[in-house]
Amino acid sequence: MALVFVGFFVVPLLLILMVSTWDYNEYEILPAFTLANYATLVEGCMSPDGTCVTLLTYVSTIKFSLIVWLVTLVLGFAVAYYLAFCVQTLRWQIFLFVLCTVPFWTSNVIRMIAWIPLLGRNGLINQTLVNLGLIDEPIEWLLFSEFSVVLAFVHLYTMFMIVPIFNSMARIDKRLLEASRDAGASGWQTLLYVVIPLSKTGMVIGSIFVLTIVMGDFVTVGVMGGQQIASVGKMIQVQTSYLQFPLAAANAIALLLIVLMMIWALTRIVDIRKEL
Amino acid sequence: MSKDKKNELFAQDRRTVIKGTAAILASGVFPAIHAQEQITLRYLGTAVNQDKKIAEKFKQDTGINIQYVAVTTDDVTKRAVTAPNSFDLIDTEYFSLKKIVPTGNLKGIDSQRIKNADKITSVFTQGKTPTGKTIGDQGTAPKKVIYLEGERSKQFASGATRYMSLIPTVYNADTLGIRPDLIKRPIGSWAELLNPEFKGKASILNIPSIGIMDAAMVVEAMGIYKYPDKGNMTKKEIDLTIKTLIEAKRQGQFRSLWKDFNESVNLMASGEVVIQSMWSPAVTAVRTKGIPCVYQPLKEGYRAWAAGFGLPATLSGRKLDAAYEFINWFLDGWAGAYLNRQGYYSAVLETAQSSMEAYEWDYWMMGKAAAKDIMSPNGQLLAKAGEVRDGGSYEDRMGSVACWNAVMDENNYMVRKWNEFVAA
Repeated sequence: MALVFVGFFVVPLLLILMVSTWDYNEYEILPAFTLANYATLVEGCMSPDGTCVTLLTYVSTIKFSLIVWLVTLVLGFAVAYYLAFCVQTLRWQIFLFVLCTVPFWTSNVIRMIAWIPLLGRNGLINQTLVNLGLIDEPIEWLLFSEFSVVLAFVHLYTMFMIVPIFNSMARIDKRLLEASRDAGASGWQTLLYVVIPLSKTGMVIGSIFVLTIVMGDFVTVGVMGGQQIASVGKMIQVQTSYLQFPLAAANAIALLLIVLMMIWALTRIVDIRKEL
Repeated sequence: MSKDKKNELFAQDRRTVIKGTAAILASGVFPAIHAQEQITLRYLGTAVNQDKKIAEKFKQDTGINIQYVAVTTDDVTKRAVTAPNSFDLIDTEYFSLKKIVPTGNLKGIDSQRIKNADKITSVFTQGKTPTGKTIGDQGTAPKKVIYLEGERSKQFASGATRYMSLIPTVYNADTLGIRPDLIKRPIGSWAELLNPEFKGKASILNIPSIGIMDAAMVVEAMGIYKYPDKGNMTKKEIDLTIKTLIEAKRQGQFRSLWKDFNESVNLMASGEVVIQSMWSPAVTAVRTKGIPCVYQPLKEGYRAWAAGFGLPATLSGRKLDAAYEFINWFLDGWAGAYLNRQGYYSAVLETAQSSMEAYEWDYWMMGKAAAKDIMSPNGQLLAKAGEVRDGGSYEDRMGSVACWNAVMDENNYMVRKWNEFVAA
């Protein structure tokens, strides 16, 4: 097990770290030691007319991650709560659970292309609103905007929140909820002081899933943002396809560190290993 | 025969085969046996050029299998540089050669083994149309990189030699695609791409080395700057071009950018975009849906591209022979006619002409009105009788080429700036 871990994880990671300090030209990478690749991360941020584009890309990616994280957490918690406590029979629980996986039944690309007839300028929503007389001109920001990126992410990744939270909630002894009610707690108080603390593990695990996936995404942002919104993953992909491997490696290391810090912060809140 | 018996027989067969194989391996004669096997050529390229019917026809004619490996334009180059043994035949764009040839991963193609080598169109070999008109050569024009100094050379030759880097497969002159039904007025200049009239309804392709050329055509057409060589910009020129794009983007000019052929079809067909960078087969795809779309000739000329077959340096023996056989077959007419009927151009015009009907040749190559309905190779209606091809004849279209897709000396800088445009 340890060998597998070293061979397929540690060694490649060290290679990436090594390459991130190398130099490169059009068609080859040149062994060297330079921090120039890392310097591009903050390029243009010191001078007043600089674009500071790389750093801003990181900020934008982190921003999306946090928004998506917040929305999926609230939504995922609500859905899991409903599945765990409001649906009484196992049959219905399973049926509704399967229903939640519907977004995964088609391929990523088809799913994203399917948004165009719904959200597009001549799409279903705009046509309906125009026909109802609610708006005169089609709403442009429904598609190829930050809104559509967040929407697609939430649509895709809420499931990753639901499953671990549901798992935690299913293990809560129902008698605890009754006891809370008997002790005179209101519904909100039960939620706040009983359910949330006991499903914290699930929430943290779900958060780790969502944050890491969104931080590393390079497809959804591109397609839903009309290729006009940058993400770190996309940037790395472009760099590798233009053979700028050292630059891509440096960005990969930076991204990895940021994600690790996020996970570290989350595990400060809950000791997952102890709870599992 | 009962099912059980059949299974038993099969099991016995399998055991014999395994035993036989073991014996072959043990005796070391395996390579000889292997050589008798059917050959499969791994053909690396972009999906646009990898037509199933071409592979089927070749297999039928020669018995050699073609296994398509479809990746994006950028990834073809990446594979050629990083994994040169993962394919037996590469179909790549000429501009990629500036990255691939210095690695020594390709071998020069011996033109003496190519039957129609001397018939390859002068567009490639001399940079002239068949009637002698000189074609714009800004960017990586094929004539600059088509010849190598030797079979193992990492250098481009300045004149014709025996060894060629790539044998041309397809090429075309690209321009803007428009929706005439939604624009409702004539379009005649690249400058229209950034015309505020089309705010939120324009698109440009997000492949840096091609997108920058479209952008340069626009910048020149708008009268902002005249490049000495669009295909080899200085850092300052790159800054200026990207700045123009960023300003337009901040004004909301672009509805979306596209990277994949199908994305461009979707944007156009759905009406999200009415004017954009486009490729010829994408225009065809929109039209076959019954939606009007024009591949608009513009007064500043076309941005041309060209792709060709190359051979990996390590290819040898029967596979090398098979690769040469495929290239020869490709230039022999059937494939050329097939490509011409899709709106591309083929490398050897004479052989393609002999494989096409006269009315097809007149429509696609001579710019004449179609005498009969023009069908795609898949049998879909492309143009009704009486229609004329956008841009006219081969001579007119290739003769109006202003620049070629390119890899610049400052390519790394350009890609970084392009990323800024995407992120801005």
